[in-house]
Amino acid sequence: MADAPTTPSEAPEVEPKERHASSRLYYAVLVPILSVFTALVLGAILILITDPAVTGAWKNVFQAPLAALSATWESISTAYGALLSGSLGLVEIWKALGVALSGGGTEDLAVALVPLSESLTTSVPFIFAGLAVAIGFQGGLFNIGAEGQILVGALCSVYVGYSITGLPWFIHLPLALMAGMLGGAIWGGIPGLLKAYTGGHEVINTIMMNWIAIILSSWLLKVGGPMARPDLPITPEVLPSAQIPQFFSTQGNRFHAGFFLALAAAAVIWWLLYRATTGFEIRMSGANPHAATYSGVKVKRVWVMIMSIGGALAGLAGTVQALAVDRWVGVGFSGGMGFDSIALALLGRSHPVGVVLAALLFGTLRNGATRMQSVARIPIDIITIVQALVIVFIAAPEIIRWLYRLRQPAEDLTPTLSTSWGS
Amino acid sequence: MTTPVLELRGITKRFPGVLANDHIDLTLEEQEIHALLGENGAGKSTLMNILYGLYSPDEGEIYIRGKRVEIQGPTDAIRQGIGMVHQHFMLVPVLTVTENVMLGEEVTRGLALDRKSVVRRIKEISDLHGLEVDPHAKVADLPVGVRQRVEIIKVLYRDANILILDEPTAVLTPQEADALFEILQSLREKGVSIIFISHKLREVLALADRVTVLRRGRVVGETRTQDADQAKLAEMMVGRAVKLTVEKKPPQVGEPVLTVRGLKVLDDRLQMTVNGVDFEVREGEVLGIAGVQGNGQTELVEALTGLRSVYEGQVLIDGKDLTAASPRDVTEAGVAHVPEDRQEDGLVLSFTVAENLVLNTYYRPPFAKGMSINYPIIYETGEKLIKEFDVRTPSSRVPVGNLSGGNQQKVIVAREFSRPIRLLIASQPTRGLDVGSIEYIHRRLLEKRDDGVAVLLVSAELDEIMGLSDRIAVMYRGKFTAVVDANDVSKEQVGLMMAGSSLEEALTQAPGPEAYEPEIVT
Repeated sequence: MADAPTTPSEAPEVEPKERHASSRLYYAVLVPILSVFTALVLGAILILITDPAVTGAWKNVFQAPLAALSATWESISTAYGALLSGSLGLVEIWKALGVALSGGGTEDLAVALVPLSESLTTSVPFIFAGLAVAIGFQGGLFNIGAEGQILVGALCSVYVGYSITGLPWFIHLPLALMAGMLGGAIWGGIPGLLKAYTGGHEVINTIMMNWIAIILSSWLLKVGGPMARPDLPITPEVLPSAQIPQFFSTQGNRFHAGFFLALAAAAVIWWLLYRATTGFEIRMSGANPHAATYSGVKVKRVWVMIMSIGGALAGLAGTVQALAVDRWVGVGFSGGMGFDSIALALLGRSHPVGVVLAALLFGTLRNGATRMQSVARIPIDIITIVQALVIVFIAAPEIIRWLYRLRQPAEDLTPTLSTSWGS
Repeated sequence: MTTPVLELRGITKRFPGVLANDHIDLTLEEQEIHALLGENGAGKSTLMNILYGLYSPDEGEIYIRGKRVEIQGPTDAIRQGIGMVHQHFMLVPVLTVTENVMLGEEVTRGLALDRKSVVRRIKEISDLHGLEVDPHAKVADLPVGVRQRVEIIKVLYRDANILILDEPTAVLTPQEADALFEILQSLREKGVSIIFISHKLREVLALADRVTVLRRGRVVGETRTQDADQAKLAEMMVGRAVKLTVEKKPPQVGEPVLTVRGLKVLDDRLQMTVNGVDFEVREGEVLGIAGVQGNGQTELVEALTGLRSVYEGQVLIDGKDLTAASPRDVTEAGVAHVPEDRQEDGLVLSFTVAENLVLNTYYRPPFAKGMSINYPIIYETGEKLIKEFDVRTPSSRVPVGNLSGGNQQKVIVAREFSRPIRLLIASQPTRGLDVGSIEYIHRRLLEKRDDGVAVLLVSAELDEIMGLSDRIAVMYRGKFTAVVDANDVSKEQVGLMMAGSSLEEALTQAPGPEAYEPEIVT
């Protein structure tokens, strides 16, 4: 249509007031929160209609309306209660804290911390992989290859971790971490190079690289394969000198030092994006590659760089998970984590802080879902559906605005999605 | 007195924080060409979008032939006989003219499209109004002027008798614009009433019967064009007396800064679009490159600024070979570039005004130290430049995309003019801008020239070339027809050369500069 007053070229002479910074932040936070909330509500509905106890009670709603309502409440509270206690367990922590403070020992506390520590542990690879996708979005690229990059990173680091012997930990562990980063960086860098110098679309090429990684891993890890044990389709265990230390592991906690590494990575990426010349170039290339070229930025180099950095981060996701938690790699190691990370990068608006928060949420949901499955017999897939719904709402914020009667923000120019999508 | 064809009464439209239309009254008489004149952001497009049903007004009424109507959407508008030709064409390039015309109103026989009957109607319409077009041609293959004709046919095909044209000449060459005016006049004779949106004073005076001037969402005046002149209209439009002619001191020409030898450049389709040009631009002079768009000016500028590779030839800046230089090398050599497409190349719309002000210097001290960017200094500098260059923005932290076109261009000008430069390459620097901004940018450009900067001005606006240049090069099909002293040629002579005449032909066929009176630049 013709120039509307909201389009930049025909913006009204009366200049808009300074409300952008605050209102943009407001919407950047509000829509994701409402998306998660709405998805959980829809998840609850799904739980209800698949629960025979509830549907049965509702069939007799006219005879026993209260029974129907109580069955409904029962079903949801059990399910989401299990989700909460399985992911956070705050009540148990509170109680155990009381015991510990009154001199009853810290044994109970360490046990009570297990759900929370598991949630944080599950979040760690999500943080890395989410950052990997986010930095791509910031530079205008859609990195769908985190899945493969995670796998390759894990394989490289674990190989270094079990095959090199006799090194002290302060050499062996960094070496294994670097191997994982390098593997991921190469796996991400290849589609970056193809994009920059042949025009091959990164979406296609990262998907292809995922398949190569998956097939490669199943060859490497088949029983008796180059990296597998003679009797099992998994790698040998990483030597203690290359393991990332866990805390309170004797009580079943697996919370490990990788969490702090992930937060540090988020801080570094934040600095890189918003305080460094490199980030200025990345964001310029993402928002308007023509203007970036005009300004003297070598956009092709930026593409290769962000795909390599992204690959290294995704590689670290796999590396940290393998060196700290699993201590070996088997077929199916990445398990969709790379695809979930696309979702959480979107949820976090491709901002490092947003990604960390979204990763914590995803880790918590994933972990709590396991408990929900065992206690309330709710299939873990419910959480997958909830996650999917979150993405739908993030991708189509109109739904959320309509549902909650939010006003359209003044002008949403935040580059969340890749501009190269479909070009 | 007859009932007006169209009457708008008290139309008001508010956008958050902005009163885009404030109780606007407008009448369109039968068989009238009525110009709607105003600066960018005056509310012209909003008003027409209300009339076409794209927006609904907050207040006000629309009457067609004395009858009150509600227009809920373009379908309603078309039913009422209102047709709109948008500034950016709404055509599908891969389809033929016929297919584009019938799109949305496909005539079918059984399951098949009945192209024949549509072709017949198109021929009828084009014969009646002199809208020459081949119904079977693919739109992608047609020049811009012809595409516009297709848009008009599309509207007439839907039996419109009220035609709205939104800035129709913005994309046309002078010749195409003249052809359009003839068509519009013929349409008026045949009973069509026309609303013509423009901010070009000369066009309005030449074509329209009456003119309504909008400023900041209000009607500030309505007059018959025979009672108006350019100065009066400009004053109504801007709200103050505007200097329409550029005052220029004689040039103080120095050493050559830019030297171009035998330059050949290929375009994206590997056609030789710049086919051997030689010229130099010296300190303290403006070399204007005149030419109809698409004769290689764009590629020439891209090659000079490092955005496009040179096929053959040499580019020297201050004697230094920059033929294969990157955009950054060119910038570092002291070249400022005001790009042709400011939103595409010159700005990152989602970045703040301050960030855009350092778009190509962000990596240098004082804005960066090593890898670390110093945002406080960037914003400090931003605030300073905003004041110095009179950029109308609430602050330096607003995304530049929220500013009006004129202010966006001021941001580019502020960025490019505020660092020490030797050569200024300005490509269509005032395209789409309003009178006030044009006046400002012209003044700044001549200031640079008087400071001893070499200026290369590329413009499709002949008036701009004539008004600012010390020497004029006319570019036609990749070559320079001539490079002449601006005082030795008239506007008509340059116009002929733009259309393909040689220098000799142009000099003999059109009156020279003796007959030339300073035109008003708008």
